[in-house]
Amino acid sequence: MNRRLQAPEKVTDFRILRPQGAHTLACGLNAPLTVRIAGHVGYYCAGMNKQATVIIEGNAGAGVAENMMSGTVRVTGDASQSAGATAHGGLLVVEGNAAARCGISLKGADIVVFGDVGHMSMFMAQRGRLVVFGDAGEALGDSIYEARIYVRGKADKLGADCVQKDMRDEHRDELRELLAAAGAPEVNLDDFKRYGSVRQLYHFNIDNAGAY
Amino acid sequence: MCGIVGLFLKNETWRQQLGALFSPMLIEMTDRGPDSAGVAVYHAHTADGGKVTCVHPDAAFDWAVLVARAQAQIGAEIVVRQRGSHTVLKTADAVALADFLRADCPQIDIVGVGDVIEIYKETGLPAHVCESFGVAGMAGTHAIGHTRMATESAVTTAGSHPFSTGYDLCLVHNGSLSNHNRLREKLTAHEGVVFKTENDTEVGAAYIASRLQAGRSLHQALEDSLNDLDGFFTFVAGTGGGFAVLRDPIACKPAVLAETDDYVAFGSEFRALSSLPNIDSAKLWEPEPAVVYSWEGQAA
Repeated sequence: MNRRLQAPEKVTDFRILRPQGAHTLACGLNAPLTVRIAGHVGYYCAGMNKQATVIIEGNAGAGVAENMMSGTVRVTGDASQSAGATAHGGLLVVEGNAAARCGISLKGADIVVFGDVGHMSMFMAQRGRLVVFGDAGEALGDSIYEARIYVRGKADKLGADCVQKDMRDEHRDELRELLAAAGAPEVNLDDFKRYGSVRQLYHFNIDNAGAY
Repeated sequence: MCGIVGLFLKNETWRQQLGALFSPMLIEMTDRGPDSAGVAVYHAHTADGGKVTCVHPDAAFDWAVLVARAQAQIGAEIVVRQRGSHTVLKTADAVALADFLRADCPQIDIVGVGDVIEIYKETGLPAHVCESFGVAGMAGTHAIGHTRMATESAVTTAGSHPFSTGYDLCLVHNGSLSNHNRLREKLTAHEGVVFKTENDTEVGAAYIASRLQAGRSLHQALEDSLNDLDGFFTFVAGTGGGFAVLRDPIACKPAVLAETDDYVAFGSEFRALSSLPNIDSAKLWEPEPAVVYSWEGQAA
């Protein structure tokens, strides 16, 4: 299956039926294909995606769209842990909830989650954006670099070096674009709060030298 | 890695097919744990006492003499049934029988004691294990199973899951406990628990058994374990009428739950559940870290 998707001939629309939770479906794609998967998938679905649009009509196991470079991955149900981990580009939309470590070490992709995200989401995220309609679990954005986070629900247990920041017009514009790209339900942009790095972990603090 | 599965039937609908529904779930988890496999099957309650599931190291062991001695000692009839390498002894007082066996024939490994529980475990591929015990043909109310990729102790039948250290109680575990040695000492010193293996899960099972003995419910016992157990774990535990699931607060180990009007099913991965009836319309979710999910009670 993956071999066929990775070297497609003339067909650009695929539909995978009865995936039954199989692992690594639609991985390593590098063509402007549309792949619809009718059902729940296992680990690492649509990993390393480039260009393709992958739609999972169900839940996804761990590591969906991991290390995506470009393209779009949409999960109509829930995503398990590490959704969009280390992704460099493209858009991941999770219409349900995403579990722990969503967007961990994100490197430039955008992730939009219509539900909640679990603990340690955006841990060490370097670049890219995460939008959460629901609540964020503990330690959101721990050790985050220059990635940005927008949360509409509760995010009251932020990780180290992650703080709430002002929403300026440029951020509203950014959020508007992300929501439009994700086909998100209509909501008031002012319901979202923005979070990011306070950049205190960036620099070595000489006062701590004795601790090493 | 290890794979764990559980199936709890909420009403009569599928009870005759428990094993037929359950064994494909276990076999599907083979590549998470090809070293050994085991199942705890909870049969329907009967009025005539309990069972002891045991293994004798000598496959040709003649049970008749031992059973005659046991009957004389405990004053009750014992029915012997052989299933693969295991022997199930059914009698009015399973605890008295287990005590007798421990004293009289210490080389017998008692893998489960209870009113309804029968435990079968063996090294080898899950498909072979299921076949050797005839799991697919078993009826019952719920079942819990494990496919093992050995990490903390040797690949032996004794080190295989599930572990049962309490009456009708059984635990399967994916992960590893980091404070099992300290806890083992504590349970040995203060509760008089006798451990049979070096396995960390046996300590977890003994811990839960000790909490139940202290009057806690299965749900509460698992909540207690969040305070007393360190490490990473997904637990699936069963009692005579109960079924519960818990993931540690970091939730490293994968878990999926499914529920319909007829059953609750657990799998390390969704594919273990994909063969169940009406799974497409089941409520499916990933259990939250540090939250106990439990179902108790027999259907009327």
